[in-house]
Amino acid sequence: MIPNLNNLPIYDTVGVNERVDRFRKRSIKKSSKVEGLKLALSMIDLTTLEGKDTPGKVQQLCYKAMHPHDSLKNIPTVAAICVYPTYVGIAKKALEGSDIQVASVATAFPSGQSNLEVKLSDTKFAVDQGADEIDMVISRGEFLAGNYQFIYDEIAQIKEACGKAHLKVILETGELDTLDNVRKASEIAMYAGADFIKTSTGKIQPAATMQVTYVMLDAIKDFYLKTGKIIGMKPAGGISTSKIALQYLVMLNEILGHQWMSKKYFRFGASSLANDILMQLVKIETGFYQSSNYYSKD
Amino acid sequence: MTKIIDKDSFKATWNYEEAPESTDHIHIKQQYELYIDGQFTKPTKGKYFDTINPANNKKIARVAEATEDDIDKAVEAARKAFNSWSKLSGKERGKYIFRIARLIQERAREFAVIESLDGGKPIRESRDIDIPLAANHFFYYAGWADKLEYAFPNRKAKPLGVAGQIIPWNFPLLMAAWKLAPALATGNTVVLKPAETTPLTALKLAEIIHESGIPKGVVNIVTGAGETGAAIVNHPDIDKIAFTGSTGVGKYIRKATAGTKKKLTLELGGKGANIIFEDAAIDQAVEGIVNAIFFNQGHVCCAGSRLFVQESVEKVVVQKLKDRMESLILGDPLDKNTDIGAINSKKQLKTIENYIKIGINEGGEIYQPNCTLPKSGNWCAPTLFLNVSQSHRIVQEEIFGPVLAIQTFRTIDEVIEKANNTPFGLSAGVWTDKGSKIFHLTQKLNAGVIWANTFNKFDATSPFGGYKESGFGREGGLHGLKPYVKFE
Repeated sequence: MIPNLNNLPIYDTVGVNERVDRFRKRSIKKSSKVEGLKLALSMIDLTTLEGKDTPGKVQQLCYKAMHPHDSLKNIPTVAAICVYPTYVGIAKKALEGSDIQVASVATAFPSGQSNLEVKLSDTKFAVDQGADEIDMVISRGEFLAGNYQFIYDEIAQIKEACGKAHLKVILETGELDTLDNVRKASEIAMYAGADFIKTSTGKIQPAATMQVTYVMLDAIKDFYLKTGKIIGMKPAGGISTSKIALQYLVMLNEILGHQWMSKKYFRFGASSLANDILMQLVKIETGFYQSSNYYSKD
Repeated sequence: MTKIIDKDSFKATWNYEEAPESTDHIHIKQQYELYIDGQFTKPTKGKYFDTINPANNKKIARVAEATEDDIDKAVEAARKAFNSWSKLSGKERGKYIFRIARLIQERAREFAVIESLDGGKPIRESRDIDIPLAANHFFYYAGWADKLEYAFPNRKAKPLGVAGQIIPWNFPLLMAAWKLAPALATGNTVVLKPAETTPLTALKLAEIIHESGIPKGVVNIVTGAGETGAAIVNHPDIDKIAFTGSTGVGKYIRKATAGTKKKLTLELGGKGANIIFEDAAIDQAVEGIVNAIFFNQGHVCCAGSRLFVQESVEKVVVQKLKDRMESLILGDPLDKNTDIGAINSKKQLKTIENYIKIGINEGGEIYQPNCTLPKSGNWCAPTLFLNVSQSHRIVQEEIFGPVLAIQTFRTIDEVIEKANNTPFGLSAGVWTDKGSKIFHLTQKLNAGVIWANTFNKFDATSPFGGYKESGFGREGGLHGLKPYVKFE
């Protein structure tokens, strides 16, 4: 049932900015840095969501996911590949034998401007193609108009259509205007059956910010306290450097703690982040920054 | 439906490795002299005392102890310098003050490290708050130096003469800036005494002031403890005393200066009320509580050491506060990840520990997070006291440490009465989403500074000072000029 949205915590932007600054000021060095970088790498949903995507590009990306940088020993693979439904089958085949998940965006991504029937069939198509995870978008127009029940029902039905696939609900926080709205949308998504809540499609600016992620982590914490159920978090878009990724992990570490510090419950939706992490890891091992040409751009 | 969740549910297990700020770049002498009449001078009696790093109780340097003869010399130098300094144009005075501000900025990193070494505060605070604010203060008052006729329209403001300034150990460089900048901008000359536990940044400041080329004798910096301070307070040729420190010493100074020509400003203790209403943004309020009481280990005169939480949100606020305290990192002040540093001195640690004992004996319910205190040095875990009331000593008296007394309230009138029911009146905080409530409370609370939806924010342009036993006179802003001038 749709939760009571009248008694939700409210957020003060100035205060949230200050809190986020404290996370940013943590200084992550030496072995804790290596640990953080490897963890971040393992949490990446390596993403390509372009109209000009080709089967070849998706296959390359899958290879990159399994072999991020073979000259580096003891590094993890990424968590998943994130593609449009039409490429799920190709990705699934390319990743055969690995434990890398295939995530597919669905529900008229990125705008969500279609009817439920289309969204459901979009979702079912992706699931039939073998998607392990579905990244759906909410109907921001309905949300902003105050039709919360609509949002709840839509998510619940998509969840049903997902079957065994995990459901990530994209709130598209860049269009929600206020932190209080982000909290409200998080609440609806979690109660409607989301396994993950996700900030952005990456197609709208601003995409993920530490501030909205903070609010969503806070919502996840309260949901856990109320229900005992762990919901995952995925900031996506704009997280392109190791430094920013580590700041997100610091925040995750200090708000939600150990249970969430794995790819099971935290993902980065990113494309260029992986290479930056690899570059840092190589720098730590060798003492030198290599040119970006040493890292495959897939 | 509320499930019982294991208290380790949200435990942070990714531990950050040590990230200490380097000390390679700082220059500390083994021995420091008095800065009198533009020269570093040996003390007449040849006495020195050690300044200690409170994080390990090791000696950092030897510092001269000024006695009456030295104060005489300093006042004499200041008096001599006053003749020409007070006649210098505001524009010229301003140039020197600007120069001091810029030199502080240039050497900010060195100042920050020394401040943390000598005083025990986390480098995050000295780097991001103390030192930049100190530079800002000089910049701000440098701007006023040639605009005094606009500060006091239709009145001719004249400097007072020689100012004796005594500052505390909690914000050593910042307090020196608060005292020196307005005094110099208005054309006074100064004899300044830093606290005996934290003299190093003031002595570094003396080096910068020397470098700035300011005429000799305009600024004199003398070190020592209470007796040195008394010699300044009782010196017959001083025109103005500005003191920041404890209410006890403030009372002594007021008595000592009664019946003299000396002008006086006092910035003394406090027991700030931090008031959380049920309609506040609770998470940010919790962060505000942390900033209010654990900032600088609670060694803050305007600390929000009395927390008032509206009944309906007490449970959630206290739980969130406890959770937040778990993630505070206590340890080496020079580590960039440290949230809570060392207690400034053994003496202060004893005072705080004694109050914690009193709190327990009075029946308060104590809470401290799991944190291991380092073996050597002076440390105190952040501490809460629940189930206390207005009649508890830990609610009434200033502890000057990381100890918070928590009470609840039901109505606005009740919380106003309780908040004002204290001999102090320095600071207060109000947390609510409702603007009208903020205005209502700011009119009713007897405190010199009231923060709304934030706490412990300082700015050179904003006046700071107290009511009642928290002192009188304002520092900062336009108001901060007034205690250093007389009108023709």
